[in-house]
Formats: sequence, C-alpha cells, structure tokens
Amino acid sequence: VLRDDLGLTGTKFGCGIAACGACTVHVNGEPVRSCSLPLSEAAGKTITTIEGLTADRNNSLQKAWIAEQVPQCGYCQSGMIMAASALLKQIPKPRDADIDAAITNICRCGTYPRVRRAIHRAAGGGK
Amino acid sequence: MKPSLLTFAGFALVLVAAGAVMAADTRETSLQAFAVMDSVLTSPRCQNCHTSTAFPRQGDDRHPHRFNVVRGDNGHGAKGFPCSSCHGRANNPSSGVPGADEDWHLAPLSMGWEGLRPSLRCIHLKDPRRNGGRSGAAVIDHLQTPLVR
Repeated sequence: VLRDDLGLTGTKFGCGIAACGACTVHVNGEPVRSCSLPLSEAAGKTITTIEGLTADRNNSLQKAWIAEQVPQCGYCQSGMIMAASALLKQIPKPRDADIDAAITNICRCGTYPRVRRAIHRAAGGGK
Repeated sequence: MKPSLLTFAGFALVLVAAGAVMAADTRETSLQAFAVMDSVLTSPRCQNCHTSTAFPRQGDDRHPHRFNVVRGDNGHGAKGFPCSSCHGRANNPSSGVPGADEDWHLAPLSMGWEGLRPSLRCIHLKDPRRNGGRSGAAVIDHLQTPLVR
C-alpha cells in the first residue's frame, strides 16, 4: 500500500517476514516493520514514513547520515534511519549497547560501523 | 448393645486408614495432573518466552531470538525497538510472524522456567511473589489471555 498505492517509495520492501527492517515506519511513534503490519491494524493510527521524518530533510539524523557517508547501496537505509529515529526518541544519548539492542536492521553492504557513528553524531556525540 | 471402646477405636482406625488412602490418591492424582500440565509448560511455545535469559528464544530448537533481540528493562524489548515492532495483534499468515491481541512481551525473569525441575516449576507457578501476585484462579485466567492461549 505504501509504495504502490500511496507512491511513498522511500519505504523499501525487503524480506517480507519482519526480519530485515528495510520497511520500518513509525506507527503512533513506535517503529514497526510495515511488511508484517496488516492494513486492519494500521486503521486510525498515525503512520510516519521516511518521507515524513522532516518537512525539509534537515533532520539531525539525515545530516549525520550524509556527514558519515553511511549508505553504500542504500536499500536498507531508510529503514535504518527510521529505526534510529525511534531509538533517539527513547534514548537521546544512546550507548553502543543501546544501538546494538535497538538497531537490528540488516545491511548487506555492512554499513553497521557507519550507522553507529552517525547515530552518535546525530545524538550530539559527534564521533 | 452399647458400642464398646474397642468398637470406637476400630472405627477410628478405619477412618484414619481411609483418610490415608484418600490422601495418597489425591497426591498421586495431583502429581499425575501436574505432569500433564508440565509437559505443556516445558514446551518451546511456553518456554521460549518464559526464559531465564536476557533474550527470548525461537522455534522448537529454542535458539536465541534472531537479530540480537533482547528482553529489555521490562520484558517488552529494547528501548526504541519493542517486541510490538514485529509482533502485531494477531498471527500474520503472510509473514509467519506470531502475534496476539495483547502487547507481545516476555514473562518476567521471576517466572523463568528454564532449567528448573518440575517441583520447583510448580512452586514458582503458585508463588504470588514470583507469578505477579496471582492466585491459583488467576493463574488459570492467565492461561486464557490472548498472549498465552
């Protein structure tokens, strides 16, 4: 629905079994793997996709992602950013262990070290 | 004829013996009933969320939940990545992800059953200090909740 009906193609379809996280969106502010969310469960809830993260693409995470040159192929990155955004809402200054626990998204290019650095940077750590 | 003291004593003896037989029967019956119950409690479907670990388990081989999924502070997953990120309000036939019409979460560590012998599991199950303050009836009610049934 997000991609084909609403044209919001920022959200990617990856595994289809809620394992990879490429499809992560926010539902009422919580991260959800949208590939496994039936439409019936989305009814009446506020859904935020990567397109809605900020109006001007000037989010600290997006800036950090560019500064750290995180993406390689990029397919998983919108899900990564949505997951990171959900983490920062809960823990504004996450430790590495917090990032390991909350960011379970899969990146075939192995950008994990850069993802971690970018989250610290967005949190004001500036690593 | 008045009953003699010996008659009373004999009757009392019979009662005591009958009571012992009944007690033995009740104990044996209870043990057998718990063994049936325990076969369910020790199934992966129960134990994968009644873990004694900092993470849930998955599957009949009870492997640690994939992708470093953790218990978190309150059994609802990591901060910023709760169990409900993947587990919805019902089983999802297309993705195969299980869900329930209740917040998906782990049993508290006080109700971790891994590695316990059956008698200890029984004690823990009945102990309100461990089982969330539940009476026996409330434990049965728990079995009817969407997450468990």
